[in-house]
Amino acid sequence: MQNRWMRIAITLAAGMLLGSGAALAAEEAGHEGAEQGVDWQEWKAGNEVSNNASLQRGAANFVNYCMGCHSLKYMRYQRMADDLNISTQQLQANLIPTGAKPTDYMLSSFPAADAETWFGRAPPDLSLVARSRGVDWVYRFLKGFYVDKTRPIGTNNLALEGAAMPAVLSDLEGVKAAVFAAAPAGHEGKMVERFESVAAGRLKPEEFDTFVRDTVNFLDYAADPSQVQRRGIGLWVVLFLLVFTAFAWLLKKEYWKDVH
Amino acid sequence: MAGNNDALPVRTGFLGWLNKRLPVDQFMRDQLTGYYAPKNFNFWYFFGVLSLVALVIQLVTGIFLTMHYKVGETTAFDSVQYIMREVPYGWLLRYMHSTGASAFFIVVYLHMFRAFLYGSYKGPRELLWLFGMAVYLALMAEAFMGYVLPWGNMSYWGAGVIVNIFGTIPVIGPGLVEWIRGDYGIADATLNRFFSLHVVAVPLVLLLLVALHLVALRHNGSNNPDGIEIKEKKGPDGNPLDGIPFHPYYTLKDLVGVGMFLMLFAIVMFFVPTFGGLFLEPANFEPANPVSTPDEIAPVWYFTPYYAILRAVPDQRLGALLMALSLIFFFLLPWLDRSPVKSWRYRPVRWRLALAIFVVSFIGLGYLGMQKPEGLYVLLARVFTTLYFAFFVLMPLYTRGESTSRVPERVTSHHD
Amino acid sequence: MSDHSAPAAAEVDQDRRGFLTFATVATGAVGVAFAAVPFIASWNPSERTRAAGAPIEVDLTKLEPGQMVTYVYRKKPMYIVYRTPEMLKHIAGHEGKLKDPESKDSEQPDYTRNATRAVKEQYLVVDGTCTHLGCLPKPRFEAALPELGSDWPGGFQCPCHGSRFDLAGRVFEGSPASTNLRIPEYSYRDDKTLLIGVPPTEKGVA
Repeated sequence: MQNRWMRIAITLAAGMLLGSGAALAAEEAGHEGAEQGVDWQEWKAGNEVSNNASLQRGAANFVNYCMGCHSLKYMRYQRMADDLNISTQQLQANLIPTGAKPTDYMLSSFPAADAETWFGRAPPDLSLVARSRGVDWVYRFLKGFYVDKTRPIGTNNLALEGAAMPAVLSDLEGVKAAVFAAAPAGHEGKMVERFESVAAGRLKPEEFDTFVRDTVNFLDYAADPSQVQRRGIGLWVVLFLLVFTAFAWLLKKEYWKDVH
Repeated sequence: MAGNNDALPVRTGFLGWLNKRLPVDQFMRDQLTGYYAPKNFNFWYFFGVLSLVALVIQLVTGIFLTMHYKVGETTAFDSVQYIMREVPYGWLLRYMHSTGASAFFIVVYLHMFRAFLYGSYKGPRELLWLFGMAVYLALMAEAFMGYVLPWGNMSYWGAGVIVNIFGTIPVIGPGLVEWIRGDYGIADATLNRFFSLHVVAVPLVLLLLVALHLVALRHNGSNNPDGIEIKEKKGPDGNPLDGIPFHPYYTLKDLVGVGMFLMLFAIVMFFVPTFGGLFLEPANFEPANPVSTPDEIAPVWYFTPYYAILRAVPDQRLGALLMALSLIFFFLLPWLDRSPVKSWRYRPVRWRLALAIFVVSFIGLGYLGMQKPEGLYVLLARVFTTLYFAFFVLMPLYTRGESTSRVPERVTSHHD
Repeated sequence: MSDHSAPAAAEVDQDRRGFLTFATVATGAVGVAFAAVPFIASWNPSERTRAAGAPIEVDLTKLEPGQMVTYVYRKKPMYIVYRTPEMLKHIAGHEGKLKDPESKDSEQPDYTRNATRAVKEQYLVVDGTCTHLGCLPKPRFEAALPELGSDWPGGFQCPCHGSRFDLAGRVFEGSPASTNLRIPEYSYRDDKTLLIGVPPTEKGVA
């Protein structure tokens, strides 16, 4: 008798969940309307924080291309070197600006006051951008610059409409224009039909893609430096708890033989 | 009065000295080996002890976090990053505390739901239920203030929104809001007092309420899935026929439950501590910014049912009133439910249907509280809010005159 | 009889119960010990503390002969004294009055175990924390100061409990302190720059 009511209640709940799930799926499908065109909103960073070589490249990318304006105010050079297995010589030679100590925080030398005048806003610190916006967003941002003559800065960004940041990587990526398609009603964000190259960059498209992924990977690390260690410890903790619970369960069963 | 009729052991030496000065053996007998609990406890009966475990986790990790956290609008956010990056195992302390907060609510909601299933709020356990509800309210206050402490952007704006709700109270509202804040907007003064309340005052209140909750529980003994009072049928030795000593049977069973809970806890804490943005929201990884509101201000998941009710009504004042009522009705439950039968196993269809509708509404409201209030969601929120209140308001009517004939004499061991 | 539903005693497998109890308790204890590690470890100096405790550089060009300057290193005051030839002479000659004239029990790097307790004899580098209970001994470099006696060779005197140290930081008999003033790791980058916290083999020169 009781089982039947339980099943009814579960069916009710399941029905609700399925129904809303279907509604959500339909909504998502609406986004996918254009099978042709560039699905930039589905681009994924696909980075692996455990890939040390990638993190090292990303660190170099960041120091060379981003630190001119952006700081990582919670990250010390030494900490980065230790986590990424970068030797002291490499650190001093390639990654630390002159005068900075290894224990210093990775601060940009960019004068914040001038930034407001030049760009309209100060370049934000990027220590946590991979967590506040997500790695996928950062990936789309770095690959989302396009020519926009309506703006004084000359460029715009797909992920961040009206971005004050210039396309600083255009030297590597090249310059591209975006050809937009009409977006269906309710669709958020621009729909890109295709990109057109205006000027070639020094890197081939796959090379630039790797460049961006490495940089995003590094920012992912920088936002949560302990994550690899955390997962490693977690595995042992869960295994240990499995053993403990197994013993506890056998002990419980043994004593509960008394009870009927 | 718990405890069996066994005499206490005769002690010599240190234990004898101790027992003359502190009722150790008496406590062991009355609360553990001589405290008889129903032998038919099922899965739903784990969540009381798990709530205690969650409380201990929060207290211990909270104490250690306070050793490094620096309260103050210019230092708080940075100090959390300091803990995450520079304090040895600071990241572990922080994630334990953030996971612990959500785990606490999951466990507490399931613990409360058990009371719904088996009528554990009914006489003579009404006060037990009220103490529990007080714990729940204190817990919500504690969690709300705790979330403000990292001084992220969601901390700041969430605090602003919730505190503004008090502004809807007629006459005293606006003055009250300024009094709570200590400033013209959410500010350093607010953060500092929330810190003191979160670290000292509310934990003390929680401990007191939990203690009262446990004393009230032990006074009458536990209810059980069949909703019958085991003390009504005692054996020749004076102990309930359907009861078993809490120690070793439930201490050991609870140990298994704790092991499983810790496993799930560890999996979340070590592998998905943000839990898809539900436990640690992305907007809070940006420092508080008075000139930039996050895209969607939503409270943490455990508050969203009430948030949905707040938003369901287009009138701000009425919405706030309804939200307050939605909590107050819980307190009235023992008196709204007119049935003499405790467990849903022996109650008619209309009660089970009401219960199912309530659960679906509560979960539905919780989901809706996380979404933007537009389109179909608005209608659904209103429907669920109506059903939620109907469950309580109409309860005296649909629970009257329930049959009692099917309640068994002795506990049963089949499942729901 | 406390449990009326227990089976007959013969059916209870006490060995199994004993073993399982032991296994569970032992695993639990190990778990508690492991769980305590992060909490206890969190009290260790943080990265910020260790960064603040990084070696310091001292510019010696402004230090006059006979003068003492104090720099904080790892929260402790480092006394740097530019000893004149006169002061250096006063280091010898009173070994009988010292508790540890050869610095056998003293906390100092091996490369400072010499007559002047220094890398370069003219600069005394010591931790200015009295080895008794941690007050800061005051400089009393002048020999034969009236309040210290006509045989006072010059050195330091601690205001808290009266411990006395000579111009090489060695403790006198009759002092509550029992060991000589501590010496940190240090070396010189060049004639003008002292590095406190860096031993000579890594960087700098003895």
